[in-house]
Amino acid sequence: MKRQQGAELYLGIALILLLTVLAVFSPLFANYDPHQTDAKRWLQSPGEEHFFGTDRLGRDIYSRVVYGARVSLAVGFLAMLFSITVGTALGALAGYFGGFADQLIMRLTDIVLVYPAMLLALTLAAIFEPAIWLVVLVIGATGWPAVARLVRGEILRLKSLEFAAASRMLGASHWRVLLIHLLPNAFGPILVAATVAVPAAILTEAGLGYFGLGIQPPIPTWGNMLREAQNYIRHAWWYATFPGAAIFITVFAFHLMGEGFRQRLDPDSQPGRGRRAYYH
Amino acid sequence: MIRLLLNRLWQTAIVLFGVSVITFIIMHSAPGHPLQANPELRLDPTAVERWLELRELDEPLPAQYIGWLSRMFRGDFGKSLIYNRPVPELALERLPATLLLTVPAFLLALGLAISCGTWAALRQGGFVDRLLGLATLAGLSLPSFWLGIILMMLFSYGYPWLPASGMRTAENSSVSDILAHLVLPVTMLVAGSFSYYVRYVRYTVLAVLSQDFIRIARARGFTELYIVFRHVLPNASLPIVTVAALSLPQLFTGALVAEYVFSWPGIGRWIVTSTLARDYPVIMAVNLSAAALVAFSNFLADLLFLLIDPRLRFKA
Repeated sequence: MKRQQGAELYLGIALILLLTVLAVFSPLFANYDPHQTDAKRWLQSPGEEHFFGTDRLGRDIYSRVVYGARVSLAVGFLAMLFSITVGTALGALAGYFGGFADQLIMRLTDIVLVYPAMLLALTLAAIFEPAIWLVVLVIGATGWPAVARLVRGEILRLKSLEFAAASRMLGASHWRVLLIHLLPNAFGPILVAATVAVPAAILTEAGLGYFGLGIQPPIPTWGNMLREAQNYIRHAWWYATFPGAAIFITVFAFHLMGEGFRQRLDPDSQPGRGRRAYYH
Repeated sequence: MIRLLLNRLWQTAIVLFGVSVITFIIMHSAPGHPLQANPELRLDPTAVERWLELRELDEPLPAQYIGWLSRMFRGDFGKSLIYNRPVPELALERLPATLLLTVPAFLLALGLAISCGTWAALRQGGFVDRLLGLATLAGLSLPSFWLGIILMMLFSYGYPWLPASGMRTAENSSVSDILAHLVLPVTMLVAGSFSYYVRYVRYTVLAVLSQDFIRIARARGFTELYIVFRHVLPNASLPIVTVAALSLPQLFTGALVAEYVFSWPGIGRWIVTSTLARDYPVIMAVNLSAAALVAFSNFLADLLFLLIDPRLRFKA
């Protein structure tokens, strides 16, 4: 049983490393130019020349999927960085200083959390011109409140422990206690939140792309490939299948890794922790 | 208890106010004004000015906000730029179709999740538990729109058993026809939300199972079935209700995607198409009412806890 649990973590990490290599060295793995159209070979089924077939303009789907990994992973990581940074900073401030700052920050998270994330992302993406940095910002903007709440809870718990009082007693400033003593101790839950934030961002980016509000063609992304594919699903099964499978495998890899981390840091054998969820 | 309720009511009011301000700011940070949403429209500048004046769009922002808010309170949500009809009218027309899709999906997913999750928790670490763990992880990783497309390819085109889109076939209003149209979108919705609920159910049931009163009930020789229904599930119901109530935003997103993929004539598809067309009054009204609905349901969930769990009434 123990060994099985470890396997999830390592399988997840291995898959993510593989995908990262694929994204960084896309030109080495792709055997065609992802933008190269070929009027004679449109909608060809998968074969020796085109592993995943060709799309409506005769572009090689395999190469486009490989290049699509760049956008997905970049958006996933950057949006995660944004929501983790903003969420950790605001959550730590709210938890440590309490009072008015806490009230203000927590009401702000309440307000953002009542918007259905996809609706907010769709609205923002519809109003502003979709560019990569904007998609990152939009996804990050919907992701930070959950992190802020989590970090606030952790800081509240850690603040009441004796080592925090002891370091205050020794003359450490509030900022020193918060940054040097409390935040590093909250690293575990933040790490788990980060591994959950990446696949969530990748799914939202793909969803935006599918609705036509994500990163725009001609840049190949898995989302906008699926959007193009939906008019051809009756005749070309490969068109929608492979980009979608790429999203699935990527998100699954991150979920495996997150599950592995969670089992190490917060095993189900500690059921008492579960009750925090419903008494707030 | 009264104080607790008033406190929650106050917080909900603040959230609603914040939501209205943020929605207003988002809409007004849109470059240009609604008439510029369609660049192909060539309009006479004086006519544009007159149009803006008529709709009070030339006033300072705070004045516009107050005017807009007071119109909202009077039930005037504006007219859709595309249909030129009041937004609530358009929404109400589409509401039944959306409910027909989401309510069965929600109940099915929750029911399945409670039974499977409890079963997995009772046999923690067993084969079923581990299989379910992996399956739900996969379920959470599936992009829902892709699942919809795959279902459509398999069961509408590969094997032409089920209709691929819409809610009914033309000139066929039988119940079985609508049911056939429901199968694929409901499957897509259930796959996503089941995976989400089942993990919570398993986790909470495990938490209840490890408590002393369960050990005592076992020691007293009650059957496992009696313990599950009499002790475990009532105690696990509170967190499960919480999660179900808090999943309203996800249900909303699910409806958006499912209706778009399967061309279901409901609110979700209308929202997506209105957003793509930059139909500002619709986007604004929808954002505001969706957020208000979620805030309100969170408040209702809190009320529900007080009814379900008498312990909470005395705690606060």
